[in-house]
Amino acid sequence: MEFGPHLMLAALEGAVTAAILALTAMGLSIVFGVMRVVNVAHGEFYMIGAVLAWVVASMVGVTPALGFLAALVIAPLVVGAIAVVADRVILERIAYDPDRTIVATIGLLYIIQQTTLMTFGPDARPVEPPFNHRLSLPWFEWGENGFAMFWPWGLSITSYKLFVILAAIAILTALWLFMTRTKAGLIMRATQQDSETAQAFGIPVGRVYSYVFGLGAGLAAMGAVLVVPIQQAHYLMGHDPLLLSFIVVIIGGLGSLPGTVIAAFLIGMSDGIISVFFSPTLAKIIATLVVALVLVFRPQGLMGRVER
Amino acid sequence: MTNKTKQSFTRRGLLKSIGAGAGVAAASSFVPDVARFAHAQSSGPIKIGFQQHATGIGASYGRWYGRTTEAAAARINAMGGINGREVQIIAEDDGTDPKRGAEVVEKFAKQHECDIAFGTLFSHVVYGSAPRAGELKLPYFVVSEGHHVASGALNRYTLQPGITDVKSQVIAMAPFVSENLGKKVTMIYPDFAFGHDHRDFFTEAMTAQGGEIVASIAIPPTETSFTRYFPQIPRETEVLYHVMVGPAVLTFVKELGEFFGPSGPQLFGFIDSLEAVSFGSPGLEFLEGTYFWEGNPRHAQADQSEHDKAYRAAVGVNEMGASVEDEKDVSTYAHMFGCWETLNIIKAGMEASGYSGPGDRASLIEAVEAMTDMPESDDHPQGAKKFNGKTHQTFGHQYISKVMDGKLVKQHTTSIEDGMYEDEVDYTQMSF
Repeated sequence: MEFGPHLMLAALEGAVTAAILALTAMGLSIVFGVMRVVNVAHGEFYMIGAVLAWVVASMVGVTPALGFLAALVIAPLVVGAIAVVADRVILERIAYDPDRTIVATIGLLYIIQQTTLMTFGPDARPVEPPFNHRLSLPWFEWGENGFAMFWPWGLSITSYKLFVILAAIAILTALWLFMTRTKAGLIMRATQQDSETAQAFGIPVGRVYSYVFGLGAGLAAMGAVLVVPIQQAHYLMGHDPLLLSFIVVIIGGLGSLPGTVIAAFLIGMSDGIISVFFSPTLAKIIATLVVALVLVFRPQGLMGRVER
Repeated sequence: MTNKTKQSFTRRGLLKSIGAGAGVAAASSFVPDVARFAHAQSSGPIKIGFQQHATGIGASYGRWYGRTTEAAAARINAMGGINGREVQIIAEDDGTDPKRGAEVVEKFAKQHECDIAFGTLFSHVVYGSAPRAGELKLPYFVVSEGHHVASGALNRYTLQPGITDVKSQVIAMAPFVSENLGKKVTMIYPDFAFGHDHRDFFTEAMTAQGGEIVASIAIPPTETSFTRYFPQIPRETEVLYHVMVGPAVLTFVKELGEFFGPSGPQLFGFIDSLEAVSFGSPGLEFLEGTYFWEGNPRHAQADQSEHDKAYRAAVGVNEMGASVEDEKDVSTYAHMFGCWETLNIIKAGMEASGYSGPGDRASLIEAVEAMTDMPESDDHPQGAKKFNGKTHQTFGHQYISKVMDGKLVKQHTTSIEDGMYEDEVDYTQMSF
């Protein structure tokens, strides 16, 4: 494939990765920002989101579009509810102690993974996309006959992949409006700034924590529901999103929402482009190296604030 | 204290055990299965440790390897077992993981006291487990396809008598590819031992046919998204040779179709790229008219043999290769016959050597090494085979099918000789 069209294909693939990653990493970032909890089970919330999407879509199964739509609503709600229960039953009991929450969420990771294996089985499960058209893309070039348009071999995207990018933008915009324009968002931000003062002002910090944990997991699940029609739901699919989300959140700045979006875009695009031109393993090596450099030269991340 | 214990053991305990023994004996005469095996020298069961990919990336294969193994064991037991003894399958999950594979082999030998180990498919698990089986002197009958056994990389205790290896498969099929589809080939394969066998031996075989491999693209077996690899396919490619394994195979083939659109090269795939996946899955319509290798034709063919009919019914698979109970549950039909046939070979080997227990393991291996022709039969429903005792590897027929109206229709059957190659090892010269 020629260089130009090849680069464009890579960028499109990267944009899809970035869109899903932005949602997943945002969930991790919010949980850390408000609760100071490093949620190692985040990838597993993503995984059950995908598996539940398959369950819901195959139960509703009237048309693929209806099944998908039902999954997009139900799966994040169920995953959010599971996370709320996990917060009440586990994290609250250990008083959100940083060391103990890491160990506890590692335990949660295994519980979720094995429960999924025992109930839904080890197979990869497909969900049919609501629509999926192959869109050939044109390329422009100055040739002997001047400026000409042609259709390079292999340069294409599907309508569903475009939808994923747009849906992620819409969900993130809604989240931003929720955080900045609603009372619930204000309470969340107040808890993030100073939980003790917030409590003194009558904010039920415990309940806020539970909902935030649920919201974080729900965002991961939403990313997963969007990705299942492209990939498939599998009980081991949580590893990569967890690693990439941590990379994004550290580069963007722990708890910073704009930083998370920018970092997700950078990592998603570089993953797409480096993977296409070199290898996916190299893309992960570079991303992890960037994390190390960020930690050395700008520990608070791109947009993070220095702790005072 | 000692006296009391002794006394109670000699009187009350002895009476109890005599009573219990009488009860079991009385009960056994009413239970036909126990009675049937009671005439053997030792009526204890023959324990076959089944290394199963129940979880991990090989789970779809593991599920069907399990069903096939159970069906084959049930048939053998219905025919009176092996040497009059019942066959008992002891399945352990290896997680499709080499490290756990070796642990499972150890469990078979030490915990379950199995007579032999059997069943594994993924080549990295075979590589991880075979050395341990050799150390434990436990015969290890693999149902893999890698060239690892016949290459001499393993040991005398490891055999592959029920399924052909990749080297044999690709040598047999390269002439069909170069004569009918094209000479310039790009290969896409999983980046581990099994994929490397494809890369090495198909490249060799195509070169011998006057063909050329214009690019070879390795993909990690745990990969979930593939479009990013496809731009590496050169434009001059006449044939795309694809073989992929693992949970993401459906995604792989779907994305292949989305990438090429209406203007792709000829496709020649190993059915591994779509094992356990229905051809009716959305997004696979572009496969119409493309070719696949099949170890055993998934869809019942017009000239289906009586043996295939009986085997299909025994493992619970319908004419379209899906489970009789759930048509969404598609089988790994191109591979799983290997479990059925290997168990029948183990039976024949144990009977020929008069196997009575772990002390006869070496003579069991010698008996299998002495096997040569295996004619097509209910024991060998996939077709006739020739076993090479020196390399511990079997040779058989391969099937090339074309997708026509969503069905795999057999186009070409290779001869056993098409897949033969020079011996690379003589395991019979190795000591036990």
